[in-house]
Amino acid sequence: MIGVFVCQCGTNIAATVSTDRVVQAAKSMLGVVHAESIQYTCSDPGQRAIIDAIQQKGLTRVVMAGCSPRMHEITFRRAIGRAGMNPFMLEMVNIREQCSWIHSGIDETTEKAIDLVRKGVARVRRQKPLQPGSSPVARRALVIGAGVAGIQAALDIADAGIPVTLVEKSPTIGGNMARLDKTFPTLDCSSCILTPRMVEVKQHENIKLMVNSEVEKVRGYIGNFEIDIRKKASCVIEEKCTGCLICQEKCPSKAPDDFNACAGESKAISIPFPQAVPLVASLRKEYCRLFISGKCSVCQKVCPADAIDYGQEDTVVTEKFGAVVVATGFGLYDWKQSYPTYGMGMYPDVINALKYERLLSASGPTGGHIERPSDGKEPRDIVFISCIGSRDESVGRPQCCSIGCMYMAKQAILTKEHIPDSQSYIFYIDVRAAGKGYDEFARRAQTDFGAIYIRGRVGKIYPRGGKLVVMGTDTLAGDQVEIEADLVVLATGLTPAEGAGGLARRLNISTDGQGFMAEGHPKLKPVETNTGGVFLAGACQGPKDIPASVAQAGAAAAKVIGLLSREEIETSPMVAEVNQLKCTGCFKCRDVCPYGAIENQDAMGGQVAHVIASLCQGCGLCNVACPPGVISLKGYTDNQLIAEVVEVLR
Amino acid sequence: MPKTEVKIIGFLCNWCSYAGADMAGTARMKQPASLRAVRLPCTGRVNPLLVLKAFREGADGVLVSGCHPGDCHYNEGNYYARRRLEVLERMLPALGIDPARFRYTWVSASEGAKWADVVNEFTQQVKQVI
Repeated sequence: MIGVFVCQCGTNIAATVSTDRVVQAAKSMLGVVHAESIQYTCSDPGQRAIIDAIQQKGLTRVVMAGCSPRMHEITFRRAIGRAGMNPFMLEMVNIREQCSWIHSGIDETTEKAIDLVRKGVARVRRQKPLQPGSSPVARRALVIGAGVAGIQAALDIADAGIPVTLVEKSPTIGGNMARLDKTFPTLDCSSCILTPRMVEVKQHENIKLMVNSEVEKVRGYIGNFEIDIRKKASCVIEEKCTGCLICQEKCPSKAPDDFNACAGESKAISIPFPQAVPLVASLRKEYCRLFISGKCSVCQKVCPADAIDYGQEDTVVTEKFGAVVVATGFGLYDWKQSYPTYGMGMYPDVINALKYERLLSASGPTGGHIERPSDGKEPRDIVFISCIGSRDESVGRPQCCSIGCMYMAKQAILTKEHIPDSQSYIFYIDVRAAGKGYDEFARRAQTDFGAIYIRGRVGKIYPRGGKLVVMGTDTLAGDQVEIEADLVVLATGLTPAEGAGGLARRLNISTDGQGFMAEGHPKLKPVETNTGGVFLAGACQGPKDIPASVAQAGAAAAKVIGLLSREEIETSPMVAEVNQLKCTGCFKCRDVCPYGAIENQDAMGGQVAHVIASLCQGCGLCNVACPPGVISLKGYTDNQLIAEVVEVLR
Repeated sequence: MPKTEVKIIGFLCNWCSYAGADMAGTARMKQPASLRAVRLPCTGRVNPLLVLKAFREGADGVLVSGCHPGDCHYNEGNYYARRRLEVLERMLPALGIDPARFRYTWVSASEGAKWADVVNEFTQQVKQVI
């Protein structure tokens, strides 16, 4: 007793598929007792019509021809469940994304839609009722990355009473936001907003903070992840260190200052910045004299807290988590190789905007005095260039960095405040200022702070007499422009953070063409991933500004809280099943199973295979590996697949 | 004379290529109406015999598409698929089937444009040899 419902989706489907002809064809298919076309099946009256038909005609199986199952399979499973049917006696036939939207001729499109419906009918005829299983939920969340997004997510989850482990690979939390001087469009002091949140993280009873740590291995699935976290040796005993900084003062080994985007210099043992959380020193062995030449140990001698331990080793902690939030943030595009005419990094006064931000910051290496790197002089003429490694197909990076226009305006404003007789020039493609209060802010940079906006690209930068000549075009005036600048600041594009790709593979989530982590659905699942229980927050999913990162972090936290507030979660019933009567006990299925979900069992007078349903993820590898073909994936059985092939080619 | 209308069976994994095909649809990337997609959890679920079954039932071409190697939703399913399908492809001539009628490929969920290209190219290829 199969019912076929053909959605018109307004004109999305009906414009290129004759739904009437599909309904007529469906009526003659084996087992079909009811077929109708509905304008919007997913709407309330649409679902009502389906439920009525099920109840009036006594339908036992339903074929829904409409949008992709990835869109509304759950919706319609629930609908037929409300009608009293087993929710899995449904087959979604995709006649929209993979049919009506990609073809134009109504005849060929309709013919294809009929083929697909016939395939769906054949498949659902062989479908058996399935009962979802359940599995317990580990009530602890893991947040990876402790920038503003990770901090927000961790605090929101912890405030709901759920224990959180917050993992950060660097020695302090705070991420990129901690390096910013001011934020657009309000010119709020970045650290004034952020550092109280950082302290809150440290003090929160439900948050376990792990710095210098990285996720190494991930096992398990939604509700039951088992994750190894490696805490890298920092040669400092965290509990003993008081953050007095004496070691950093006395350390003789210089090291690059990563926190200050290499605008200054640091030491081999250091605390990245005064408001670091935790306020604990850490030692970088690759720059330490003791580890390089075997002679030193000054820090150990001077440490009043006896906190230095050169023999410290990495430790690996394994914990169970019910859910994971990824908040690994962004890195900056390395422009040097792709823009050879900008000097390939040979001119010290061509810097990226993050380095400039550190020069503006009172807590930066220059104490908030703008000094150009080459000679420490205060610059007068400063050129900002937008879209370096973003919106530029020629270097393979078409994406908008989404924050460049705004922070260039901000930096131009701050520059004027620092050096009143300075002049900022901004080369731009378009000024993208779509957020709340953004356009007003960007305009103020011109009207109140005298920034000169030049629409066009810069072709070349070269040094001349202690200055940098910036040659560009003004496409509005149709003219060549030449500016003698003291400092050039590049608004470089955003990339995924270093190591994000490896983490994505370990978590089994996909990435897009630029390496950013892929959300479950661009509109409807913006914080979910395709792996259940793993959520995204902040710029790891794509370039975004602080408010958007915080909002997404809150959304991810809400998803985690929702998931972890349950004691058990429903698991998919589409798992493998062994016909033990016919199993020969070769265990090829066990060998291919990526989840260890198949075990030996004493039954049928010998050893046969048995599926541990709570571990099975339903990939079907075993199904193909089984020589006698007696292990089968429910919902995707050989019978169903063969029937689909036969019917679609009929 | 190349045949104008062909029927191609596509075995698509749910997580990458089926989603990529959806994305091509959402972006209205026009494709020939040749492909009929069968959705599976993973290309590792594709039994090579299923591919042969499709040929036996009269498919002009068969396309298998899944996640890029290293990106499998089930960690390693597409590695198994790659081995099986590689062997199958080499066996096709012995079975009297032109290997140009068969293709396996990797298209991710974000590669809508690539998916449309694959369908277009493969359809052309199948038309040439049928």
